[in-house]
Amino acid sequence: MSGYIEAQLIILCLSIIYAYGIFLPAASGQLNLGAAGFITLGAYASAWFNASTGAELPMWLSIPLAMIFTGVIAFAISFPILRTRGVYMVLATFAFAEVVSGVAINLEFVGGAAGFPVDGHTDVTVIVPVTIGVILFSFYFMSTRLGLSLRSIHDDESVATLFGVNVRTSKVVAFTVGAMLMSLGGSLYGHHYNYIEAQTFNVLLSIYILLYVLMGGTQTAWGPLIGAAFFAIVPETLREIAESAGLKWLAEGRFILFGVFIVLLMVFRPEGVMTRTLQDRLGGGLFRRKKTAVEETGGGA
Amino acid sequence: MTNHLLEIAGMHKSFGGLKVIDDVSFKVRRSSRTALIGPNGAGKTTVFNLLTGVYPIDAGTITVDGQDITDVPPQDRVTVGMSRSFQNIRLMPHLSTVENVMLGQHARARKLGSLLFPLGMLPHNKWRQAAEEALENAGVGTYPGEIVSNLPYGVQKRIEVVRAMVSDPKLLLLDEPAAGLNKTETNQLQELLERVSDQGVTILVVEHDMQFVRDLCDHIVVLNFGRKIFEGTPEEVHQDPAVLEAYLGTDDDTAEAANAS
Ligand SMILES: Nc1ncnc2c1ncn2[C@@H]1O[C@H](COP(=O)(O)OP(=O)(O)OP(=O)(O)O)[C@@H](O)[C@H]1O
Ligand SMILES: [Mg+2]
Repeated sequence: MSGYIEAQLIILCLSIIYAYGIFLPAASGQLNLGAAGFITLGAYASAWFNASTGAELPMWLSIPLAMIFTGVIAFAISFPILRTRGVYMVLATFAFAEVVSGVAINLEFVGGAAGFPVDGHTDVTVIVPVTIGVILFSFYFMSTRLGLSLRSIHDDESVATLFGVNVRTSKVVAFTVGAMLMSLGGSLYGHHYNYIEAQTFNVLLSIYILLYVLMGGTQTAWGPLIGAAFFAIVPETLREIAESAGLKWLAEGRFILFGVFIVLLMVFRPEGVMTRTLQDRLGGGLFRRKKTAVEETGGGA
Repeated sequence: MTNHLLEIAGMHKSFGGLKVIDDVSFKVRRSSRTALIGPNGAGKTTVFNLLTGVYPIDAGTITVDGQDITDVPPQDRVTVGMSRSFQNIRLMPHLSTVENVMLGQHARARKLGSLLFPLGMLPHNKWRQAAEEALENAGVGTYPGEIVSNLPYGVQKRIEVVRAMVSDPKLLLLDEPAAGLNKTETNQLQELLERVSDQGVTILVVEHDMQFVRDLCDHIVVLNFGRKIFEGTPEEVHQDPAVLEAYLGTDDDTAEAANAS
């Protein structure tokens, strides 16, 4: 594998992991703009647990420990944060990420403003299988009754409650598990590039990740995969093509093109590229039982 | 075990100074089919909302199966044994028909193992099969590949009833289940409810279609302006001057008019 493709693949994998971390709460209608905060927590915690100046644990321990650390923090903050809704939740999660960033920059034992060199190294042979694991886990998660509860909460919280769904608990679980996934992504980032600084994980990153998820669609577990793949690959590929074709204006203006495209997508597919209906249409009988197809014609008005 | 499954005593509710439920008390006999009727705005839906805990009540008590549920939080009331359908369709628009019905099973699946069971990955699991059977028994298709918001009104209305049924309630609360259904659909619904009732489920139904109420129910409670003005049999209700005055009118034509509105 060429170095260039490998580098792109790593970016794609990390984007996918981050996106699933935002997707899980988004499936129940929560807008989380705090991705950078959870990624920072994961990157720094695993780096410190692993560092010779820190706990000196092997990566296979430091990364899960960082996930638990992030999970505990996410669980604790989920109670005040989940009291907010819509744009207020966006602001609350954004503020959280800013706090994390501010703290990381001021902690000298993790390098402070100078950044923190990371000891252990992970490469594509670890990151790709872990990413596949995250994707499979997310598909499983959304297929459970808990996943069904989250989707129900997204549609009508009070009716979900009346059918016995514990709305608060379900939201807390989605928020916390999502944060742990982002922590995992952050740890892998740190161990791959072997250097982290809090400024890398800024609000632009949070915005992009939330955008991947909303563009991909929050109704099915395909959404974040499609969104992240599209955003991570298309701008870069566009640049490649434009440059090799000698179209300098396109190479430089590709973000304008991309911006226009996002607006069009929001107008024509406000629920994201992949919706529940589209999934079923594409799935066309693949997972469908014969019996139900008969019932469809047999029953009805 | 008392003779009555549901006991409402001295129920009060005001919204911003407006008395919507004013000292309402009645009991619903176990395995009965009771109707709650009254003109528009009488407070019928509000009674359902208070029973299921959508709003807290201002005063009074609610007892289901001998258990005082007045202070039980809404998400736990369904496990006490009651579930409901809604007057305005409240299906989950982005879920499929079967998924909507599986949501109705939630009260029976609140253990961790059930919550983490991959319903969507295993096509032949017991939950899915039970949901499909419930739909089939109700004469409704499963409409694979369709989200419910695209289905005809009459179908959605019946999915609501099925969703309420699959929680295995002792008490089924139905808010105008026949509204908007044609004659055939109404008859089908009535037959379905009779079967459910024969299995011992107690039914409390709000409905303007008096024909439907007479055919289905053995007991009637009438509300008017938030007060109970009558309680008795379907035969008696047509003799009662207060009910005729407030709701039914002097003949069935007026009842039909109320139904149409
Ligand atoms: N949440 C609320 N806030 C304020 N007023 C309410 C609320 N819910 C109901 N009401 C009022 O309470 C009264 C009774 O309403 P309710 O919906 O219970 O009537 P209903 O008997 O179900 O009528 P219909 O036959 O038209 O469905 C109405 O005047 C209504 O405006
Ligand atoms: Mg009503």
